[in-house]
Amino acid sequence: MGADLGLTLFIFVLSIFLGVELIAKVPSQLHTPLMSGSNAISGITIVGALLVLHQTAGGGALATVLGTLAVITAAINVVGGYLVTDRMLGMFKKKGGK
Amino acid sequence: MQALAYIVASILFIVGLKQLGAAATARRGNLLSALGMLVAVIATLSGQGFSWTWILLGFAIGGGIGAVAARRVQMTGMPEMVALFNGSGGIASLLVGWASQVTGGGSLGVAELVPLYLAVIIGGLTFTGSLVAYGKLSGRIGSKPVLFGGQQIVNVGLLLGMAGAGLGFVGQSGGAWNPWLLAAIGLSLVFGVMAVIPIGGADMPVVIALLNAYSGLAACAAGFIIGNTVLIVSGALVGASGLILTGIMCRAMNRSLSNVLFSGFGSAGAAAGAAAGAQGEARPISAADAYPILEAASQVVFVPGYGMAVAQAQHAVKELGALLEANGCEVQFAVHPVAGRMPGHMNVLLAEADVAYEQLVEPDDVNPNMAAVDVAIVIGANDVVNPDARSNTSSPLYGMPIIDVDLARTCIVLKRSLNPGYAGVENPLFFCANTRMLLGDAKSSVQALVNEFKDA
Repeated sequence: MGADLGLTLFIFVLSIFLGVELIAKVPSQLHTPLMSGSNAISGITIVGALLVLHQTAGGGALATVLGTLAVITAAINVVGGYLVTDRMLGMFKKKGGK
Repeated sequence: MQALAYIVASILFIVGLKQLGAAATARRGNLLSALGMLVAVIATLSGQGFSWTWILLGFAIGGGIGAVAARRVQMTGMPEMVALFNGSGGIASLLVGWASQVTGGGSLGVAELVPLYLAVIIGGLTFTGSLVAYGKLSGRIGSKPVLFGGQQIVNVGLLLGMAGAGLGFVGQSGGAWNPWLLAAIGLSLVFGVMAVIPIGGADMPVVIALLNAYSGLAACAAGFIIGNTVLIVSGALVGASGLILTGIMCRAMNRSLSNVLFSGFGSAGAAAGAAAGAQGEARPISAADAYPILEAASQVVFVPGYGMAVAQAQHAVKELGALLEANGCEVQFAVHPVAGRMPGHMNVLLAEADVAYEQLVEPDDVNPNMAAVDVAIVIGANDVVNPDARSNTSSPLYGMPIIDVDLARTCIVLKRSLNPGYAGVENPLFFCANTRMLLGDAKSSVQALVNEFKDA
């Protein structure tokens, strides 16, 4: 559906390399926030959940239930992940000022 | 318009991750990344004909649970919280894949079916793997490795089963309750459990980082189903960052990833340690006797470990550090990369207790000067300070980079009992001539030292 497979694979490979470059030199002090922050980003699957729920007209009740559950679980991941990361970094930041 | 918004969201994710990697900008980076998520969601919803009831219901329930959990969790409970969030991202990708099959079914081509299948199985094993990790981290299930005969054969069987179901699914993808897909879901859920139960508590930093990578890859696969670039880009970014963290954790233990995942580390070590028996006499010390040593010290290094997290001793430790500094002593906190149960675990706890960022040092920074350190105080750390890792080729820990506290002039070890650490390996540090054992709960022991200083 939509984009050309060759192009999406190309984007995928470039993104992997970009991710490696972005993360390679992170100090160990920041490993936890980095992990929980990137974990929140993996909640991007919420976009997939919304689009799937959008198409469920043809899929009946089962698809609607699955789509809604997907939105719920992805929203837990997104909201919880960002908030918890922010809470942690809030504690880290106080040190910077001192 | 929507494509443009997705590009903006991707840029925000990339810049956000970049800024997360530096202390001064990390919080802003996280906010940028959250903004990127908002942009992506709004751009998606700008399309026509969404069934708002279900979407708003999903947002309200999921967002509510996430927000409450994130606010309530204690800093010591952070590893298991991250595991739970990770698991919920995994199950979400599984559900996206499944729902795509239900709506699209037989009309999908191989280019959609393969990523759909991958999203389902990676999402599924991420989900149950994270739940088992949660159970081990929160102590709801034992953190020892669970091993049984034929384990590898069962795992290979599960993998073959998933591969076979995948072939069947690509050949016959229609039907509301597609049997191939249902079989794959079941197999991936079982496999997630099987993959994590043989891994011991001390190896959890590796597992958490790896599961994080999987959840990103599952989202990425979901992106391929619907041909959505923002999912592919951000899923790949998370996958790459998770894999790098996994590699860093493995290097910090001088072990390969396959050794961590399959060896059931710790169960064998326990047997070996028991056979070796006690290697000498440990010298206990009381807080009152430790006080003059600390009072006279001009350089002190704290080495925190999982025991500090369990005892919630970080605030008392910070107080003791401050008192030592007031006494004219130089204080540092040496944090081993795999101390605790997730990458950076000790840093989070010390940050919570308001320990200055500049006082936190890595093993390579502190080891060369260890001979000049008057007192090294080990708080609930064990394997990361085991000198056998440096010198005893027969030790299961041999080769792992450690913090050389045994080379300090005096080493005070705070420990609940003389039992071996989570890896189940005897620690000769406890029997060194310059080591003193301060036995008891880490928090009360540190508090006792604090009181000695205050009363003096």
